[in-house]
Amino acid sequence: MYSSFAERPKHLDPAVAYTSDEYGFIGQIYEPPLQYHYLKRPYQLQPLTAASLPKVIYLNKEGRPLPDTASEQEIAYSEYLIDIKPGIRYQPHPALAWEASGGYLYHHLDAKTLSRIDTLADLPSQGTRELKAEDYVYQIKRLAYPKIQSPIAELMAGYIDGFAEFAQQTAKIDIAELKNQTMRGVEALSNHQYRIRIKGKYPQFQYWLAMPFFAPMPWEADAFYAQPGLKNKNITLDWFPVGTGPYWLEENNPNRRMVLSKNPNYHADIYPTEGDPGDREAGWLEDAGKPLPFVDKVVYTLEKETIPYWAKFLQGYYDASGIASDSFDQAVQFSGSGDPQLTPMMQEKDIQLQTSVSTSIFYMGFNMLDPLVGGDSEQARKLRQAISIAVDYEEYIAIFTNGRGVAAQGALPPGIFGYQEGQPGINPVVYDWNNGKPQRKPIAAAKHLMAEAGYPDGIDPKTGEALLLYFDTTAVGTDDRALMNWYRKQFEKLGIQLVIRGTDYNRFQEKMRSGAEQIFIWGWNADYPDPENFFFLLYGPNSKVRQGGENAGNYANPEFDKLFEEMRNIDNGPERLEIIARMQDIIRRDSPWLFGYYPKDFALFHAWYKNLKPARMIVNRLKYSRIDPVLREQKRQQWNQAEFWPLWLIAAALGAAVYPAMRAYMRRRRETQA
Amino acid sequence: MMHYIIRRFLYAVPLLMAVNVLTFVLFFVVNSPDDMARMQLGQKRVTEQAIQNWKHQHGYDLPLLWNGEQAGGKHLTETIFYQKSVNLFLFDFGISDSGRNIGSDIRQRMWPSLALALPSLLVGLLVNISLALLLVLFRNSYLELGGSVLCVALMSVSLLFYIIGGQFFIGKLMKLVPISGYDSGLASIKFLILPVIIGVVAGIGSGARWYRTFFLEEVEKDYVRTARAKGLSETQVLFKHVLKNAMIPILTGVVVVLPLLFMGSLIMESFFSIPGLGSYTIDAINRQDFSIVRSMVFLGSVLYIAGLLLTDISYTLVDPRVRLS
Repeated sequence: MYSSFAERPKHLDPAVAYTSDEYGFIGQIYEPPLQYHYLKRPYQLQPLTAASLPKVIYLNKEGRPLPDTASEQEIAYSEYLIDIKPGIRYQPHPALAWEASGGYLYHHLDAKTLSRIDTLADLPSQGTRELKAEDYVYQIKRLAYPKIQSPIAELMAGYIDGFAEFAQQTAKIDIAELKNQTMRGVEALSNHQYRIRIKGKYPQFQYWLAMPFFAPMPWEADAFYAQPGLKNKNITLDWFPVGTGPYWLEENNPNRRMVLSKNPNYHADIYPTEGDPGDREAGWLEDAGKPLPFVDKVVYTLEKETIPYWAKFLQGYYDASGIASDSFDQAVQFSGSGDPQLTPMMQEKDIQLQTSVSTSIFYMGFNMLDPLVGGDSEQARKLRQAISIAVDYEEYIAIFTNGRGVAAQGALPPGIFGYQEGQPGINPVVYDWNNGKPQRKPIAAAKHLMAEAGYPDGIDPKTGEALLLYFDTTAVGTDDRALMNWYRKQFEKLGIQLVIRGTDYNRFQEKMRSGAEQIFIWGWNADYPDPENFFFLLYGPNSKVRQGGENAGNYANPEFDKLFEEMRNIDNGPERLEIIARMQDIIRRDSPWLFGYYPKDFALFHAWYKNLKPARMIVNRLKYSRIDPVLREQKRQQWNQAEFWPLWLIAAALGAAVYPAMRAYMRRRRETQA
Repeated sequence: MMHYIIRRFLYAVPLLMAVNVLTFVLFFVVNSPDDMARMQLGQKRVTEQAIQNWKHQHGYDLPLLWNGEQAGGKHLTETIFYQKSVNLFLFDFGISDSGRNIGSDIRQRMWPSLALALPSLLVGLLVNISLALLLVLFRNSYLELGGSVLCVALMSVSLLFYIIGGQFFIGKLMKLVPISGYDSGLASIKFLILPVIIGVVAGIGSGARWYRTFFLEEVEKDYVRTARAKGLSETQVLFKHVLKNAMIPILTGVVVVLPLLFMGSLIMESFFSIPGLGSYTIDAINRQDFSIVRSMVFLGSVLYIAGLLLTDISYTLVDPRVRLS
């Protein structure tokens, strides 16, 4: 399989990596205990290296077990008991190679050996060993270890018992000592069972167990890579992973190419045998029950620019592609009913189009600490509501995203529990339900709200002039002018003068941290498919200014916060759904955000690419992909016959231009000589 | 001459220090260590404590230029500037802010840069000089007029246009060579053909006109008239006499850029996915990786100084009247 990367991943250490491009690699190499079912939606957790889903035991303050029905107040701790499957082995790796006489072969490399090493492949012997529960425990210790700087360390310190204390106690020790330290809340009970103790109740923790942060790490890897000579040659754990997953990183030259190859030690794993209705018709169950992975090798090539990438995709040198704005019209056209369709050129190549709404949101936020647009006053609320109606996100999606988005009705995108379709799910502050679909309220309704807010026709009574609002943005390039003009025009509908305060990324971040902004654009890509992972962006104690949290607009509503605290700790069901609906009502009424839109992913792939079901949340989906190499080679041959005639044409044109001059020169020379 | 070279090397030291200070000041006017930490740590769930930890681990928790809390020489040495700069003069570039060994990356990436830049320079020289000589040979004819107009037209087109146009026509429509990419060893040749052609064609306009002025200056000189009076043909005059004398400014102009070939081409490497030092520098700037930026600026300065020195030396080799002292 052939793919690309535009920028080298910053980290491949599962304790540190957190971005989608990093997960594109480590998701295939490392295996956390859980994974998402590849075909079922909404996303469902299932065991990966775990033998079954974790058994959760609630404990009171004294550590005595409580029934599952125990109230939140009673629960002091939740214990997650995880059994892992026996017989899982790591990929072959020098860190696990043993000497015949015992002891690790490469854990004490001398200067002479180091001088001969340029890459990991220069160490000829590789070893493996069985995955143990202790490896999962060790990885959690790594998350806490301050020198590793895991981005979720502080979050987990709030949940995992003993995590914060462990971080303090290991702050000054060497990483080689880490395995000998104990963390109170995490313990390996046997070679195949471990326990994690969480403070209170945190049902979302199971989703974290499906992320690479909680993948196992053999302590030998850290011991091996800690050798100073290796670091000087860029041979580190951050660049050369050690996992149990379906692939291992055979070649890692982030300056040019990265190659994933099938892990020869990969454990038994099969393609799902059941999925959603329609999956069989879509061909996603054709490989049901077959052993995974299908693809032997995946070559990722550095491709920084979209134009050559697109051209190579059309030539068949890449198997799949997104669609950049430059090539959108070449690839997609919209039918009369507004559905995206492939252009005839794409259809001729038998290229397939797949669209799916991603579990992300882009919103326009108000700084709720701002005296004008923020706060809980009726005046500010009506002003925000009026702006919510005026800024026409349907138009934005059509003009600036080529239709790749769905106007948002609330904080939750489709695919997240609590998202409601149809009339019950619309934002009644901004939309009416007309002819079976949401219709944005007329601008007159927004103007009426403006008048009620004390700004009739957008006039600020204090100055007698148009109300001035400030929009802070990093979109300062010439390409962004059209977008900024569009925003100005949206606010002008209400008589508001929008002042664009363009700034660089660093200053913008600084403004957001200090609360110096008034209106801004922000986005969130879900960590896991739970409403908690979106509503926490509006939870008061997560305020960016006050607590440095992810609540960028510093929204705080005690009623919402109380409901959030209830909602996050209960299982999906009617009760939770009702709370979510109430939370949505509150934020729709308060309008701390213009909910903006949920981006829609458009993916193109060739006919030889099989089993590609949209699955943004699933990081280990490569193992399910299958390629028909015969068809690919046939199409490449067909599409890439070289054309030499333009060269002959250019040569003939040059000849035609030079010939008369040559004749004239020769004639002059003869005359001179005569 | 040895004294001259040593003196030039000694002059280079304060120059490099000044470049280093300037790079440092300019970088930290735009970026603070906090900004750098945020850039490295990403956007999600970054806490103040994480930023402090990152700064401490990477040595950015020190004052920038002056440490008032220390005594004596430590006022200067316990600063970001000193800690990050002093090893540069030993060509120890250290570890980048993202954790990679910079020296190792530079050693790996300079070869693709050179593989692209050297053929582009040599082929470009050959083509430009040949075309300039042809223009001089056909001076006062429609070919010279047409050639000059064409050169101006070629000069007026952006390099990006050549790149995108070249990739479209030669790579995509004619399918003669890969559109972009790179491989090691001889396998890289097929990937280098297109960028080299584009680099050469894009440089023809300015190059041919530039060399044409040298040749036109020479063809009016007395020795050329004498050569013609001896009965030599125009081609013999141009290729044996004019070319030889015009080569002095051409060669010295080329020598100055030779060391800089290692530094790579920012745009070409990016569009053709060639993993050279040009794209390395651009990536570092985008990622606010100060360690790489200062290393590349320092290396560029050293190579530029070396280029100027080589130019001076080359003068003495091609023109016996010049003596260095």
